[in-house]
Amino acid sequence: MNTDKSKFIFVIACFAALAAWPFMAGAYGVDLVTKIMIYAIFALSLELLVGTTGLVCFGQAAFFGIGAYGAVLLSPESGSASLLWLLPACILLAALYALAVGALSLRTKGVYFIMVTLAFAQMAYYVVHDTPLGGGTDGIYLYGKPSFAGLIDLSQGLQLYFFTWLCLLATFVKLAVLLKSRFGRALAGIRVNEQRMRATGFSTYPYKLAAFTVSGGIAGLAGFLFAVKDGYVNPELLSWHLSGAVLIMIILGGLGHLRGALIGAFAFALLQEFFKSESIFGNFARHWHLGLGITIILSVALLPKGLVGLPAQWRDRLLGRSARARGAVGESR
Amino acid sequence: MSASSKTDDILLRGREITRRWGGLVAVDSVSIELSRGQVHAVIGTNGAGKSTLINILSGEIASSSGQVELLGHDATTWTQPRRARAGLGRSYQRSTIFPSFTVFENCRLAAQAHTQKPWQWWQDAQRCTASTGTAREVAARAGLDALLDRPAGLLSHGQKRQLEIAMCLATEPQVLLLDEPLAGMGAEETDRMLALLAELRAGHAILLVEHDMDAVFRIADRITVMVNGAVIASDTPQAVRASPEVQLAYLGGH
Amino acid sequence: MDFATFLIQCLNSLQYGLLLFLVASGLTLIFGIMGVINLAHGSFYMIGAYMAYALAPFVAATFGGGFFSTLAVGLVLAVLLGYVLEWVFFSYLYEREHLQQVLMTYGLILVFEELRSLLVGDDVHGVKAPDILAGTLPLGELMTYPVYRLFISGVCLLLALGMYLVFTRTRLGMMIRAGSTNREMVQSLGVDISFLYRVVFAAGVAIAVFAGMVAAPVSSVYPGMGNTVLIICFVVVVIGGIGSIRGALVAALLIGFVDTFGKVLLPSAAGVLVYVMMALILLWKPDGLFKAG
Repeated sequence: MNTDKSKFIFVIACFAALAAWPFMAGAYGVDLVTKIMIYAIFALSLELLVGTTGLVCFGQAAFFGIGAYGAVLLSPESGSASLLWLLPACILLAALYALAVGALSLRTKGVYFIMVTLAFAQMAYYVVHDTPLGGGTDGIYLYGKPSFAGLIDLSQGLQLYFFTWLCLLATFVKLAVLLKSRFGRALAGIRVNEQRMRATGFSTYPYKLAAFTVSGGIAGLAGFLFAVKDGYVNPELLSWHLSGAVLIMIILGGLGHLRGALIGAFAFALLQEFFKSESIFGNFARHWHLGLGITIILSVALLPKGLVGLPAQWRDRLLGRSARARGAVGESR
Repeated sequence: MSASSKTDDILLRGREITRRWGGLVAVDSVSIELSRGQVHAVIGTNGAGKSTLINILSGEIASSSGQVELLGHDATTWTQPRRARAGLGRSYQRSTIFPSFTVFENCRLAAQAHTQKPWQWWQDAQRCTASTGTAREVAARAGLDALLDRPAGLLSHGQKRQLEIAMCLATEPQVLLLDEPLAGMGAEETDRMLALLAELRAGHAILLVEHDMDAVFRIADRITVMVNGAVIASDTPQAVRASPEVQLAYLGGH
Repeated sequence: MDFATFLIQCLNSLQYGLLLFLVASGLTLIFGIMGVINLAHGSFYMIGAYMAYALAPFVAATFGGGFFSTLAVGLVLAVLLGYVLEWVFFSYLYEREHLQQVLMTYGLILVFEELRSLLVGDDVHGVKAPDILAGTLPLGELMTYPVYRLFISGVCLLLALGMYLVFTRTRLGMMIRAGSTNREMVQSLGVDISFLYRVVFAAGVAIAVFAGMVAAPVSSVYPGMGNTVLIICFVVVVIGGIGSIRGALVAALLIGFVDTFGKVLLPSAAGVLVYVMMALILLWKPDGLFKAG
């Protein structure tokens, strides 16, 4: 189908552009886009929960933060840890917390699920904020960045960039394949009509729990990369503002589409840079939350399908077609 | 032809099922048997407890007391998905389909419940021959084979009811609980649906909750009449039609 | 811990719990009646506290009034704010999905935070309790207890009782309850449902603002207070059980006790304790302590 091919080309173009970027940009640009790619992995983790399975989680930052803190706490005082075991360990830690939170929260529904996930994220936040484990509000520094067998050294900005690029590609491909599989189709069915899924014989709780755990693991991967990039973690990585930010990313990009997570992460990061920019707003830039808040309200109100839906919205308007006649997706969701 | 109920052919049995909501008794000590090769209709006025009964039999609500036996096993504590996997199919009064998926995908996903294998995350679901094959079969059986690529939300009301039945059949159930499958259908569609039910009768035990009295008397082998949560009659259609209590309580004022 | 200290902590727990219950009531009122999850509810609490600080000099200069006059002025402003906000913003949220409501009210939190930052700044402030209530009551031989905290407990209890009476005994309450279950029906009976919703929303805002104003002398006035109280309110609702007022009261008091005694006995773990309790309760009763009713 025409639209399938154009989606595929779009994604390939994105990854190609990302691969070419370091050759065009300076160190600041490389660092910025590394951050954006990490956000994109983070957003993809939430897309699996919200866009695919229909579970609105307002506590995704907890898994991100645990991955980040894991990277720092499990690394040795000096020298660097081996990437080979540190990376999986951090993903596993985050996934384990997701498993525990999911087991308790998935019994609740609707708004209560949103509230419970937020509360459990706060719990993790307070653990790192108040207890000696987390180093308190000052945070902890990562002195030796992980490496692998002398081949990969993540303290090098460029190597970290391409390693992150690889992780993003792997995550994207893995989720794309997952969504087409029986497991992925079952998740989509749960989102659209959980009642019917149960009536047909699917025990929906284990499916949701599995999705929640996988999602937590992927968020942990993003957190790991973030800690390695900045060399520093603090409790704000688990704050609910970050949970809110990643939700906004996927809404902004467009729910129900993997590439929406990519677009949303970029759009959000660029918006943040824009509102924080002192060259544009001068002194007012420290109140950047105001611009962000208004943008969130407007984008939710005016762009219900996110940025992904824009080309179709414009196309429909130009051709005078009604949105209903366009029918729906049996393939990409 | 109605088969007499041989005890070894009773696929679903409800024993003295009662359901209370606070002080209200929605279902009052109802017993019911579904045998293979029989269409057992349950009729009654609105609020008689038919929906609650069907929800208890399917496993969506728990009973306050009483047992449910499915294919010889005590299924009272079984969850709905478990009963569905054991061979209990259910259709809903309001079409419970996946509106954003195509008709084919609706049937395929329903069929997938039989071959779940969620751990094979690399395999494309569309390549699962078991579910795709079953999907085509049930869609054809329900008369929807010309509409496989249509998004289910765009179907007409009657077509949605057909899809509802198709999805019910996709898991190859032995017992069918049908909640007002004829709701909102015109004469031609009703005939088609009744023909389908007659076809299905031989291999299945069918419970039919319906308001369309003509249809009920055309297809049912046995009729149970409920009023205010309790059973006031349970017999062959002729006996029920002739019963004075039923005429008083239900048929007369209808 | 000697008995007097124990009694003091019990009274503190009671005061904190009742205050929480009041704020949570406003949240569940708006959610229960209009089906809107309002994340900005905590912001109203924060606005109340900052109003107690910022309005006081203005009220003193204009009317020569003290704490109670400031309270009154604040309440009037709160009702106005709630009325306008419902009309301009929240009425558009009723038909939307929860996710959209969550995000839009989250955006509102950010807007409120920055507006407060622009108008009043980000500093932490103290607010003085009014002189009549500034005294202490003797407890045992050595300890005393601030009268003001007893005032808070009393006032929260009174308000909660008042809300209960309005809901169950008055025509307004009946209309509100009916409107929550069947909007069209109530409308066809000639009741202006939009106006009713506006009133309910304004009441919810006023409750939160009032709680913030009343709590200010005790909890001080600082930027993050709205968000903290919001999340604890969520925990109240989750522990208490879906739709249960009784559950919310029990949950709020439980949290009051766990938090207060936790801060005294295990200061480094105090923040986490409430959430650990929530996890344990969910383990035991996934639907919360009480069912709706």
